[in-house]
Amino acid sequence: MKVEIGGRVITLKGNKRVREVLKELDLNPETVLVIREDELLTDDVQLYESDEIKIVNVISGG
Amino acid sequence: MKCKKCGEKAVIKLRAHNISLCAPHFQEFFERRVSEAIKKYSLLSPHDKVLVAVSGGKDSLNTWFLLKKLGYKADALHIDLGIDEYSKKSREKTEKFAHKIKGNLKIVELKEEVGFTLPHLAKREGRKVCATCGLIKRYVMNWKALSGSYSAIATGHNLDDETAVLLSNLLNWKMGYLGRQSPLLPSWHHKLAKKIKPLCEVTERESAAYAILNQINYISEDCPFSRGATTIFLKSILNQIEEKSPGTKIRFYREFQQKARSLFEEEKMSLSKCPTCGLPTTHPPCAFCRLKSRLLQKEGKSK
Repeated sequence: MKVEIGGRVITLKGNKRVREVLKELDLNPETVLVIREDELLTDDVQLYESDEIKIVNVISGG
Repeated sequence: MKCKKCGEKAVIKLRAHNISLCAPHFQEFFERRVSEAIKKYSLLSPHDKVLVAVSGGKDSLNTWFLLKKLGYKADALHIDLGIDEYSKKSREKTEKFAHKIKGNLKIVELKEEVGFTLPHLAKREGRKVCATCGLIKRYVMNWKALSGSYSAIATGHNLDDETAVLLSNLLNWKMGYLGRQSPLLPSWHHKLAKKIKPLCEVTERESAAYAILNQINYISEDCPFSRGATTIFLKSILNQIEEKSPGTKIRFYREFQQKARSLFEEEKMSLSKCPTCGLPTTHPPCAFCRLKSRLLQKEGKSK
């Protein structure tokens, strides 16, 4: 699946749940939101290899 | 995952509150949290006229959007700091948003009103400018609030901002800052508007979700001068704790307000009139006028 994060796009192999993607990318779920086709996703949502998702970092520098 | 309220598909899980919510119920939850914080901390009365400091980021745009939605008289002020593309983009997002919600937006260009941009200041001062930028913004906000007869200045500080500063103040035992770290800084002089933080009890993640669900197009990039800021590191530490122990941030903040803040409160210092600008200050001339004068001196020497 294609994952857009921080202005770049990376590719992950296989089907996995949102929480598994975050774990693979070493991201704290408290600091991000995951979006697919303009929809916010909870961490149990199943993602497929053909999916394109965006991970938004929500923490700003103030 | 289902919404705890209606059983529809959830869009967000809030571990601190042990609930998952669909889009409409999350928005209702968020608005209620802000509305309750306004009441609990006595931030606003129906007669207040509010000037919201908007940067173009999610939190300040949410603050403006919500105060208007909750029925308060709220206009906004954007300070164009002159930081190249970042400031252009921030201003553009703010102006488009103001147009979208039919809000009254005032723009202050630092270069026009004060005589220098932030990059210029950074070059001249030769050190990290975040603290100085904060000083300038607070001064300009108060000045514009007074000239526009606003009784309150609202900023978009969220729970993550507040707990990061609280942790920093505790780690360094900044007694005076701890005593003043409240969502409400009352006006203690007729030339100082009160300052309020309506988003103090919602997390940064909740704020981002609210902005996305309301199609608020905010600037997501950080200010280039804030790279490597200690605040980001402290937020990261607090979110690591939050991940292991959900609810820590809200408990840390609320219980500090309820049980500890008053222990650090200090006697109010007497205020004098700044001989240059006329605004109240503890050490005349005020810090802003001292900064301006220092910059002008440096300009003179470099010519």
